[in-house]
Amino acid sequence: MTDNLQGKQRLDRQIIALRVAKEFQDGEVVNLGAGIPMLASNFIPAGREVVFHAENGVLGFGEVTLPGEGDLDLVNAGGQTVHAQPGMCFFGHDESFAIIRGGHLDTSVMGAYQVSEKGDLANYMIPEREVGTIGGAMDLAFGAKKLIIAMNHTTKEGEPRIVKKCSYLITAPKCVDLIVTDIAVIEVTDRGLVLKEVAPGWTSEEVQSLTEPTLIVDPDCHDIELM
Amino acid sequence: MPINKIVASFDQAVADIEDGAVIMVGGFGTVVSIPSLLLEAIYRKGVKNLTTVSNTSGFGADVWRMQEAPFPEDMDILVRNERIKKAIVSAPVSALYVNNFEKLLRAGKIEIEMVPQGTLAERVRAAKAGLGGVYVPVGIGTVIEEGKEKKVIDGREYLLELPIKADFALIHARKGDRWGNLVYRGTSRTFNPTMAGAARVTIAEVDEIVELGELDPETIVTPGVYVDRVVARPKIAPAEEAEITDARAIESRRRYEAEIEDSIKAAKERGLRHD
Repeated sequence: MTDNLQGKQRLDRQIIALRVAKEFQDGEVVNLGAGIPMLASNFIPAGREVVFHAENGVLGFGEVTLPGEGDLDLVNAGGQTVHAQPGMCFFGHDESFAIIRGGHLDTSVMGAYQVSEKGDLANYMIPEREVGTIGGAMDLAFGAKKLIIAMNHTTKEGEPRIVKKCSYLITAPKCVDLIVTDIAVIEVTDRGLVLKEVAPGWTSEEVQSLTEPTLIVDPDCHDIELM
Repeated sequence: MPINKIVASFDQAVADIEDGAVIMVGGFGTVVSIPSLLLEAIYRKGVKNLTTVSNTSGFGADVWRMQEAPFPEDMDILVRNERIKKAIVSAPVSALYVNNFEKLLRAGKIEIEMVPQGTLAERVRAAKAGLGGVYVPVGIGTVIEEGKEKKVIDGREYLLELPIKADFALIHARKGDRWGNLVYRGTSRTFNPTMAGAARVTIAEVDEIVELGELDPETIVTPGVYVDRVVARPKIAPAEEAEITDARAIESRRRYEAEIEDSIKAAKERGLRHD
């Protein structure tokens, strides 16, 4: 069955980011990790005011600039230049992580290599290279009130990334709240993993066949809605 | 006698850094946030077997030349020339490409102690503030907890994290005066004020030296008491038209540009962006 699904249309990185951004509530303080999460800064739902935090000491910055057009002293944690915005402020590293660790962030979005059914996160060891980079990932996973993971549902080889138990070293135990992948949106609950949404054209059985733990299909499970 | 922490040259600023020294290097990792010219001066001095404390281990000068940064050398100048014995670091390698640090790590030519970024900041701050350590919740249930004392406070588990002390802290600031008072610019503040004062000697590389009294006392970020030496970058960046040859830097820049352009286009199509 898995083989038949390999060629099936999945959401691209921009669309995953668009779905993630739908989670940002009015007035929230949000930290975006490198990769797909950072793209979500372009997709704040209309009418909502969201304050972005980056580890390198800034709150309240704007959208990513076109490459080459920004100020190198105004970058997000991925090193991408961003626009200045009224209300923005800067601070040193100890303060930046006091904000994270002290529970002052509402939502953090990160990428991952694996998430377990208990919500354990593995995202710092680069699997094929056996080296890693912790950076701010552990602090964010421990500190944010809500942790959203944005990632591809399977590895390039088609192996599930949502697993019963992480085989890679973990970043933090029991920290993930929501997983947005290229084929599904899954909530981590005390009952287990709840399948909330599927990509257009996908069935819950197909998503299950690419997921190691058993999913609880929400009675209201529906196609991913973007806006 | 007037206090004067200003030194005339970068070579003079690092003259007493010897083999085996422990040095903190400020900034985030982006080259504009780090003390680039102090790193070059240490390289020129030829010291080796250093223990470094920094957020990243460098990306290489070509990455920054592509962004037209005036002073493009980062931690990589000490890494690729094998001057580092041990690195205490938060984000040593890049998911985007294999940096020189990763090559040395694989070859067993460098020791590493990887520290979560916020814990690194707090351990550095503990040294500066004269604390014997800090209890940190981050790392419980991971490899970070191995060998550390645990304590339950108000029902939550914490790890005892010890201060990181250094011989020298090298930092970068926007402006400084002869007392060592410093201000920064934008997101280039990061680890610089955190590390100021956490070492026996703190050396500040500044874009500009100003007269005492010129910095607004309400907005000085680093009090001069933490700073021992101030050295100014040349006014005009050296005219450098170096050819960019690092294929990794070129490829990662190309991917970055394509993805950002796609993203802005997608946002505009949905009426979510207005520039």
